[in-house]
Amino acid sequence: MNLHVSGDVAARTLAIVTAMKGTEGPLLPILHEIQAEFGFVPQDCLPVIARELNLSRAEVHGVVTFYHDFRDHPTGRHVLKLCRAEACQSMGADAVAARVKALLGIDFHQTTLDGAVTLEPVYCLGLCSCAPSAMLDGEVHGRLDAAAAAELVREARR
Amino acid sequence: MTVTIYVPKDAAALALGADRVAAAIEREAAARGLAVSIVRNGSRGMHWLEPLVEVVVDHERIAYGPVKAGDVAALFAAGFLEGGDHPLCHGATKDIPFLKQQTRLTFARCGIVDPLSLDDYRRFRGLTGLEKAIAMAPADIVTEVTDSGLRGRGGAGFPTGIKWKTVLDATGPQKYIVCNADEGDSGTFADRMIMEGDPFVLIEGMAIAGLATGATKGFIYTRSEYPHAIAAMSEAIEIARREGVLGPSVLGSGRAFDMEVRVGAGAYVCGEETALLNSLEGKRGIVRAKPPLPAHKGLFDCPTVINNVISLASVPIILDRGAAFYRDFGMGRSRGTIPIQIAGNVRHGGLYETAFGLSLGEIVDHIAGGTATGRPVKAVQVGGPLGAYFPRALFDTPFDYESFAAKDGLIGHAGIVVFDDTVDMLHQARFAMEFCAIESCGKCTPCRIGSIRGVEVADRIAEGIEPEQNRALLADLCNTMKFGSLCALGGFTPYPVMSAMTHFPEDFSPAPRVEAAE
Repeated sequence: MNLHVSGDVAARTLAIVTAMKGTEGPLLPILHEIQAEFGFVPQDCLPVIARELNLSRAEVHGVVTFYHDFRDHPTGRHVLKLCRAEACQSMGADAVAARVKALLGIDFHQTTLDGAVTLEPVYCLGLCSCAPSAMLDGEVHGRLDAAAAAELVREARR
Repeated sequence: MTVTIYVPKDAAALALGADRVAAAIEREAAARGLAVSIVRNGSRGMHWLEPLVEVVVDHERIAYGPVKAGDVAALFAAGFLEGGDHPLCHGATKDIPFLKQQTRLTFARCGIVDPLSLDDYRRFRGLTGLEKAIAMAPADIVTEVTDSGLRGRGGAGFPTGIKWKTVLDATGPQKYIVCNADEGDSGTFADRMIMEGDPFVLIEGMAIAGLATGATKGFIYTRSEYPHAIAAMSEAIEIARREGVLGPSVLGSGRAFDMEVRVGAGAYVCGEETALLNSLEGKRGIVRAKPPLPAHKGLFDCPTVINNVISLASVPIILDRGAAFYRDFGMGRSRGTIPIQIAGNVRHGGLYETAFGLSLGEIVDHIAGGTATGRPVKAVQVGGPLGAYFPRALFDTPFDYESFAAKDGLIGHAGIVVFDDTVDMLHQARFAMEFCAIESCGKCTPCRIGSIRGVEVADRIAEGIEPEQNRALLADLCNTMKFGSLCALGGFTPYPVMSAMTHFPEDFSPAPRVEAAE
């Protein structure tokens, strides 16, 4: 993961915006694409998006900061999302989360010092019948217990 | 002879290792020199048996589950390709009581077909509803849907046909069909299952809605947390376009309808229809005041039908079999079937589609089989994070819109989450407020600020600080949120909080705080 975005942010942003600005309501699709490109939404993208979509920079900033998905900084190499919602709570998600936090030595929204894992809460993965659930880099995991959670952490650490 | 084996690729099955099971079956079959054809179907909805592997023997599907990759060699040794007996064998899938007792209308094909095979879809009566709709006048399609009694399955329960009629009667250069697939409620997964397991039914339902109202463009707005549904839905749309189901001439009718998938960005409030529309337009997902109704001024200020996934996916069978067929299921003003999603601490979790009217107790004790932990059921939250917690004393409540409303609850998107007796209801009430604070769009002060104050008041009750005054304060705060918020997030967060306090007062009366010794 690049901690420093290279100088061509504006050019890469412009390429994305140019390709997508013809769609109806293009801002969210563009922001998803930018996050896929850079791993987060760099500040330097915003003026380019604003200019190309004829919006104010404040409007673009407002949209980026409204949505939980869009980050203003890079994540670790892996992103581990633990479901915190009610169905998972009913099957011990709080205990699983406490165990994962202890194993990683971080809280939600933090990244381990070695840059390996970012831990995030998620409110429902639609796996409520096989709770507690988690998502590691887009892969889903259900029926977690302490042992399975520890295995996930080992996997994420690799 | 090649044996057909079904291994689901529904996210719930994947979360439990279905990909590893499929790979193990291929490996084992190759090693034994046996010819197998693996179909990756949707889920049959019996999630406690996932991954549920089905083997076709004499045109009958035999169920094995839950199968782990490590079980595969033993299954082959037991002759499972011929339906051989094994501790994981449950006999014919269709005879498993959980499935056999259901009335599968909307989910008729889910788990049975290859989700991305349009041939499969047609073979199981797919597209017959759309073909009938093409031959009908728009107003007649709307009447059919109205007469079926179908009401919004997202939770609000508004009659779908009335919404369509408003859009049909509205004028505008462009009309839209928006499918609300922003299924963020904990305990719900019906939208996800249908998008992964039978995406063509949603495409067909939206195309019918387009023909009925004169809309030519559709959007499915779903969640970034659902990557598998996004992939399945997007691929199905491409297939449908290639096969002429979507495009400038729907099934050769000369009438246009096309659609695309849009992905949210982790904001729960975008499940609220007006916030969803703002999000689709590329704005902050802030709730809009109504009126104007989306049916008059919706997406980009154009007349817009916005319906839940299950509402739209129920339309094809209504057009195919007729309004009366659908209306004959159900009770009172709740007509048709409802896919109940059984989740949380249960033995038999999954999706159970049935006519309205089962009692909550039947669902929890008999269908779900009680708790997974084996402890007594203490509370059941019905309708997601904004739904009320029901105690055993209310287990006689029939599952329909009006009966739940009469008990200060809601069925919402029909998810039920079961808790055993270890749950602390004050903690759950606090979580409801915390969730509201995290997800509030910020437009209404009672929701934005009230939820934060609600967490603080719950904490004070937990600490034993002036519990009586703080309970009164919490009730008062709930009242303000309920009547002072534009949408269901602020307006319904009081449901879980007040139901917890009303039905489980013992959890709101912690031991008085011991004062520090002088």
